[in-house]
Amino acid sequence: MALHFELVTPARLVRSDDVHMVVVPGTEGEFGVLEGHAPFMSTVRDGALKVYKTEGGQPEEIMVQGGFAEVSATGLTVLAEHVEG
Amino acid sequence: MASLKELKGRINSVKSTQKITKAKQMVAAAKLRKAQANAEAARLYAARLTEVMGSLASKVTVSDNGPKLLAGTGQDQVHLLVVANSDKGLCGAFNANIVKAARLKAKELEAAGKTVLFYLVGKKGRAVIRREYPKAVLAMFDTSDVRDPGFTEAEKIANELVALFEAGKFDVAHLFYSKFRSALVQEPTEQQIIPVPAPKIAAADTGAVVEYEPEEEAILAELLPRYLRTQLFGALLENAASEQGASMTAMDNATRNAGELINKLTIQYNRSRQAAITTELIEIIAGAEAL
Repeated sequence: MALHFELVTPARLVRSDDVHMVVVPGTEGEFGVLEGHAPFMSTVRDGALKVYKTEGGQPEEIMVQGGFAEVSATGLTVLAEHVEG
Repeated sequence: MASLKELKGRINSVKSTQKITKAKQMVAAAKLRKAQANAEAARLYAARLTEVMGSLASKVTVSDNGPKLLAGTGQDQVHLLVVANSDKGLCGAFNANIVKAARLKAKELEAAGKTVLFYLVGKKGRAVIRREYPKAVLAMFDTSDVRDPGFTEAEKIANELVALFEAGKFDVAHLFYSKFRSALVQEPTEQQIIPVPAPKIAAADTGAVVEYEPEEEAILAELLPRYLRTQLFGALLENAASEQGASMTAMDNATRNAGELINKLTIQYNRSRQAAITTELIEIIAGAEAL
């Protein structure tokens, strides 16, 4: 039970991990992505991605700017122009 | 015939030139590896974005009131040529080739009765284009104060281009840069960037219904400038790799030529030295015999 999460910037692949859940700050509201999420595309407002490595664990925050999230059968891919942390 | 001293001077000056070209060649070889790695790393993002754009573009019908960056201004009169060059020389015909491609296109467009404007990136190539089209240079972008043109620069260029486009300064923009094939081959390439051509890659139909938030058209409008930035970023990276490749090849040739020249001059130097000794001996012997 793991979600494949990728964070990509123009310069490099920042993260490619199997995680429990990621909370993405979408432009129309935050949404959490677990494994088996329905195909979904959303723009992301500038803010923090919350990455939950394990269920109930402490989230790790990654600041992104100019982002775009895509959920497909292979997992969650976040394309961001700038990433901090 | 040149005197011995002159020859010696020339040999020394060619030797120091050779040292410079040799050093530049090695620097270029090292930088090429890095530039190539950068270009490699950027490919993933570009590929993903192109995929997304492809699937979106196939869903959205292009209408007149759609995003301008995709549909265009509806006119085809003013063409902007974005020419990306390097800031430094010592790279053979690299810059000349890009400028040549741009000039050919400019001629072609002018022959068709269009207006041609230029947007120049990088220092080299400015002089040539300004001489030929003194009034047509719309703006110049300076990359000489950064070490490697990166995403920040691509972002600035794209923002300026979009601003110019929205101000109605041009209808179509073409980008000229050099595609990196290998260290030996760089291809001057032309690419239309505004209006954004719809990506040709057909989205893989997974059969699943994808949900969009906000709806497709809004996402597309948001992604278009981003796509443009990515395209420019890719071009800058390709250019950087090509520049180093071209520089490496050109400097390799220059080093070899300098070596040949040194050999030739050394032979000439030795010959004239021997001739001078022989003449001197003959003079002494003749003098002694006369006594």
